[in-house]
Amino acid sequence: MNLRVATPLAAAVAVAAGVFILVSLFVPGLEDLRNRILNWAILMAALALLLGMLNLFSVHFEKIRNRQQPVYSAVLIIAMLATFGITAWEGSQGVISTWIFNNIEVPIEASLMAVLAISLTLAAVRLLQNRKDLMSIVFAVTLFILLLGSGPLFGIELPFFTSGLGPYVNGILSTGAMRGLLIGVALGTMLTGLRILIAADRPYGG
Amino acid sequence: MNVSPLELIGLALALLLIYSLLLPDARRTIRSIKAFGELRRTIELSVEDGSRLQINLGGGGLLGPDSAAAFAGLTLLRQVNNIAADSDQPPVATTGDTLLMLLAQDTMRHTYSRLTIGDQYHPRLGQATGLTSFSYAAGTLPLILERSVSASALIGSYGEEVALITAASQQAGAFSLGGSNTLNGQAVLFGSAQEPLIGEEVFATGAYMDSGAAHRASLRAQDVLRWLIILLLILTALSPLVAGFQ
Repeated sequence: MNLRVATPLAAAVAVAAGVFILVSLFVPGLEDLRNRILNWAILMAALALLLGMLNLFSVHFEKIRNRQQPVYSAVLIIAMLATFGITAWEGSQGVISTWIFNNIEVPIEASLMAVLAISLTLAAVRLLQNRKDLMSIVFAVTLFILLLGSGPLFGIELPFFTSGLGPYVNGILSTGAMRGLLIGVALGTMLTGLRILIAADRPYGG
Repeated sequence: MNVSPLELIGLALALLLIYSLLLPDARRTIRSIKAFGELRRTIELSVEDGSRLQINLGGGGLLGPDSAAAFAGLTLLRQVNNIAADSDQPPVATTGDTLLMLLAQDTMRHTYSRLTIGDQYHPRLGQATGLTSFSYAAGTLPLILERSVSASALIGSYGEEVALITAASQQAGAFSLGGSNTLNGQAVLFGSAQEPLIGEEVFATGAYMDSGAAHRASLRAQDVLRWLIILLLILTALSPLVAGFQ
């Protein structure tokens, strides 16, 4: 099946929906219609979840056919179909689906968090090996100060770091830098949105 | 001085239209960002040596503020496909959101059609590898480690989990470029990616990858607005001082 929507029509629908949602944020009385359109979008997102599941199934089925680590892909497909079937049967709050979430998904994600801690430590160690520039040095020194300032190390408290330099770097320098970054991100987000609203950028239909 | 959101959006829109329609100065040079220079070089090399490029669009959905970073990633995906779609190993896109997966597939399908190689496109080139942040990272790792990926670009919304992807890229010897709209993601990418994009640089992807006049205009409008905000901040900080003298 190959559904194709003409680009001008897709652009017109996208621009009209985007402009309406933006205008409804400032013009009172349009809340109901805005919520209805947003609910349609949420419904479409739910449908997209099913398509994403089919995509994942297709990718891993192909891996099994091509014998590229087929065991892992088979486990994934069986687990995915079983979880989907059970959740569809008894709902997301059901006993078995809650058990699957609490006893399989949460521990797996927690173990990935543990791997992440090691990855981040390695990344911090390798930082100055990979990039020897001023910003990397500033980053590494700041990290060092914040680690020393975060609390007693092996039972030894360093007041210069814990009550002097650490809070200053954390409360003033880091906060200032964070606000600067957030202002930049907010401007970038706004202009990206405006580009799409005027159809100068069309991340749909090519 | 109070500036309402509507006034700010109006000013941004006016600047965008002025720089797009009235002052489209294509020759104007933009400051060099090393990350994009390295990415271009890696794309050219990958086309020559037949290795694969992987564009990771992150887990940010399209129904919230994270969508802007995802759109920046889609722009990069389109440009990378323009250059490398007909290579031996066409670029692969990964996402952690299924709506974004559909847009990525659509972007790739249209690029392939435009390049008249539509028969080479397959929906599996755009994959949703996981739907939570960690499952997305875990699902992306095998794609980097199993395939001959020469570059992994991460443009989208990421948290700390992105360190798992950059660690895999380093293990595979692949070039990694990363930018996120979240502070956690930016901090982790600064420490772990070979070429990080900081702050608003992630939204400049289109302008640096030659995506058209609108992207350059957007970058110029962004610069003007940033300077206005800096000026306002300085004036706000100085105003009590000035009031004290009066």
